Amino acid sequence: MRVAVIQFPGSNADWDALHAVRDVLGADAWYVFHKRTSLGDADAVVIPGGFSYGDYLRAGAIAGFSPIVSAIRDFAGRGGPILGICNGFQILTEMGLLPGALTRNAHLRFECRDVYVRVESEGPFTDMGKGTILRLPIAHADGRYHTTERGLAELEQQGQIAFRYSTRRGGAPNGSNANPNGSVGDIAGVYNRERNVLGMMPHPERASEAILGNDDGLAIFQSLRRHLGFE
Amino acid sequence: MSAPANFPGEPESSPAIAREFGLADHEWDRVLTTLSRKPSYAELGVISVMWSEHCSYKSSRIHLGRLPTTGPQVVQGPGENAGAVDIGDGFCAVFKMESHNHPSYIEPYQGAATGVGGILRDVFTMGARPVASLNSLRFGRPDHPKTPHLLKGVVAGIGGYGNCIGVPTVGGEVQFDASYDGNILVNAFTVGIAKTEELFFGVAEGVGNPIIYVGAKTGRDGIHGATMASAEFGDETESKLPTVQVGDPFMEKLLLEACLEIFKTDCLAGVQDMGAAGLTSSSVEMAARAGNGVELDLDAIPRRTKALSPYEMLLSESQERMLMVAKEGREQEVFDICAKWDLDASIVGRVTDTGRFVCKATPGYDPFDGTGTRDPVVVVDLPVDLLTDAAPKYDRPQRPRTERASIVSLTGDAPEDLGAEIVRLIGSPNIGSRSWIWRQYDHIVQDGTVIRPGDGDAAVIRVFCRDETGTREKYLAISVDCNARHVELDPFAGAAMAVAECTRNLVCVGAKPLGLTDCLNFGNPEVPEQMWRFSQAIDGLSAACRALGAPVVSGNVSFYNETDRRSILPTPTVATVGQLEDPSHRLGLGFVRDGDVIAHLGEPSRGVLGGSEWLVQRTGSVTGAPVGIDLDAEVALQHAMLELIGNRLLQSAHDISDGGIAICLAESCIAEGLGARVTLPPTDDAPAHALLFSEEPSRIIVSISPSDVGDVGEICRRYGVPFRKIGRVGGATLLIEDICDVPIEELAEAHAAALDFIVHEPS
Repeated sequence: MRVAVIQFPGSNADWDALHAVRDVLGADAWYVFHKRTSLGDADAVVIPGGFSYGDYLRAGAIAGFSPIVSAIRDFAGRGGPILGICNGFQILTEMGLLPGALTRNAHLRFECRDVYVRVESEGPFTDMGKGTILRLPIAHADGRYHTTERGLAELEQQGQIAFRYSTRRGGAPNGSNANPNGSVGDIAGVYNRERNVLGMMPHPERASEAILGNDDGLAIFQSLRRHLGFE
Repeated sequence: MSAPANFPGEPESSPAIAREFGLADHEWDRVLTTLSRKPSYAELGVISVMWSEHCSYKSSRIHLGRLPTTGPQVVQGPGENAGAVDIGDGFCAVFKMESHNHPSYIEPYQGAATGVGGILRDVFTMGARPVASLNSLRFGRPDHPKTPHLLKGVVAGIGGYGNCIGVPTVGGEVQFDASYDGNILVNAFTVGIAKTEELFFGVAEGVGNPIIYVGAKTGRDGIHGATMASAEFGDETESKLPTVQVGDPFMEKLLLEACLEIFKTDCLAGVQDMGAAGLTSSSVEMAARAGNGVELDLDAIPRRTKALSPYEMLLSESQERMLMVAKEGREQEVFDICAKWDLDASIVGRVTDTGRFVCKATPGYDPFDGTGTRDPVVVVDLPVDLLTDAAPKYDRPQRPRTERASIVSLTGDAPEDLGAEIVRLIGSPNIGSRSWIWRQYDHIVQDGTVIRPGDGDAAVIRVFCRDETGTREKYLAISVDCNARHVELDPFAGAAMAVAECTRNLVCVGAKPLGLTDCLNFGNPEVPEQMWRFSQAIDGLSAACRALGAPVVSGNVSFYNETDRRSILPTPTVATVGQLEDPSHRLGLGFVRDGDVIAHLGEPSRGVLGGSEWLVQRTGSVTGAPVGIDLDAEVALQHAMLELIGNRLLQSAHDISDGGIAICLAESCIAEGLGARVTLPPTDDAPAHALLFSEEPSRIIVSISPSDVGDVGEICRRYGVPFRKIGRVGGATLLIEDICDVPIEELAEAHAAALDFIVHEPS
């Protein structure tokens, strides 16, 4: 499996993603600087977390104008799997590759801690089965997923909701801080209609090794590898 | 030599202006004598800022020489942008701590943010990639009207900067005390990793080499910030707002990546960030270290505002700027990499052999006005030596603090319900959970945080050491500490206790201490009692650093932490870096398994409550007999711990510190939600509450698998460390025989909510 990890100016979890995919999962992986126009012969793309362009204007807004973006759009259009984590999710919504928007957390603070998410929909990154509960860390200030009522209904109808925040046992947060940011529908991650593009606020790449006290996140990368037929 | 031109619009220098710039009258006289002329206005600005306490260390320098700074592991001691210790295989850990107290009180968000930015630059200037930050914070009384605003602002500022640049903030400490009501402390620490042979230094080597300015443009922010940091606060403090800098962590991220890329090309002779006293101190210090001079062309300084005068350009503390000395002919490589990262870079001067700091500028020239003819004249011409080695140094008078009547064995009234007292104490701001704070910091970016905030006595991080042979993973432990209450009661022992606790924290997570950095926050050095505290603290630090094998490799002094003549508690904060031989040695502070034996290592408490948090809360003042420290006992304890951990004989370790053994046990229970049944070690006469809350040092509570208890006892005996089984892990309460039986849930709830009433937000 060959994975391109995009580096925008201000990306800061680029190493986290490269390390998880290359050193832990064992895939070929490389950085692609945003000023380039080709992804190389990648089978999958990861847009990592960080503060691209300092989150100036809006989180993820300016990255959508970088030279590499047209290659990412082409790759998505051809059905190539793309995972946007945290700022990567924000960038994908700003690019219009994913529906909805990510706004300031309801409590207005940056928050870094472990949360639980429940798998809601199967796809290239989520073959572990609906209802699987994963413990994953979050680290964001702008993670409150928002969409219109109609948009939400459509997401549900199309099975595009990949993850919802949940309690430890998989229950709905019901207004508790199990939903860490006030996301509508407790949404933690969404697929595009074609389900080849996934954006998620939690960081699976920071929870892929026992030494870090948690390897739940590795399941997402293993799913991708299976999806691409590499095992 | 003719006097430099007086720049149009700038006044003649005078004793009155010198005073306004913070120079003492005798220092102004010294300037006149040395120069044999009056300085220009810009020169006076340069001299006053380089002679400020902040830059010159004029009151502390003669004392700092007593600190131990050497050891086989020391790669770089004090004097550079940061210190460095060897971590094996040709790599080193580069670290430093620095204060940003005064700006953070005036504007907490930007003050704290730029404190983080500054310390990050100090580390990556050395060629090291920053891998973790910590901080040590002090605020006024929890119920002081300004405390919520300052706490929220500082925490948001630290997070805002560190989170964006992508360096995890993995730990720290915070305390509240009335002495910080008008003068908070923000001490920021960063550690980075470098290949030892690729370390970079702040030297202006090579006569004729070009000096390149890289990064953010110069504005009027932070002018005379270093001078502000060298004065007491008074009524007019709020008007000092323009002296606070504004940070841009995104710019710094670009600067970080560009610098590390430029360093790899070997096209630089030296580099230094523009921190306190900006362009002036960076160029002067680089010249001094190389024994050279520099000549700057101020017309070429990138700027973001119109009509900047030489004085303003030289003293601006605009953030995210670096000064590089390139090897002649290799400028283009620097420019190319800067262009890749969308950074400005311009040649602004040359290295000279004159030993002088010379600046030229064209009167009336402003790049914003388009075409003006450039005809630069000399506006500054000063010996580098005058600004560095020949700057004033003082042996300020000292006077021991007069003994207070209160220095008696004071135990306070015994509370009736000790269980309720433990719950109250663990829910108080100085003892309870800091999760409201560290949840606002990205403490896991870079995929290396092995022990997270709150999980162990120190943070443990995995660092990736890359060279041509591949990538090695190494494990570092980091802790920051100071208990100013104990320093106040006995500056020597209190400072030694800070070092002892900080290194004890490292051994409790399984790491051997390698080195230490300090941030010495004190009051007005011109007050003999304050100077005495400082000098005593230096001796205490020295003794403990020597005994515990933690040489001082970098640091910072912050004097004048006073408002309206009221000084802070003496706060010599220390941060230590250690290394784990094997990551599987790491230990958390929480009990992990029902049935494990709980043991007390070290001399049991004598019930001395002096300086304890409990007594302060009870009496409203820092009082009582000092607890003191036996460094030989501390050394034995730490050595025994390292052997115990090396043999994997322990399940958890937590040192007894703030709040005493009661809080230590409660925290070990809360961590994993496991109860404990214990009996306190017997002591003559001391009342139960004194045994529970005494903060006597050199004690650790460990938990042990029952089958390992014999081995642990044997190793302790060999090191001469008192070892006593005091109970077992289990149940849903903390049961202390004959004293209390408190549900863990109740302790956990109080602990979690400790800061809620200050921040008025749920944790």
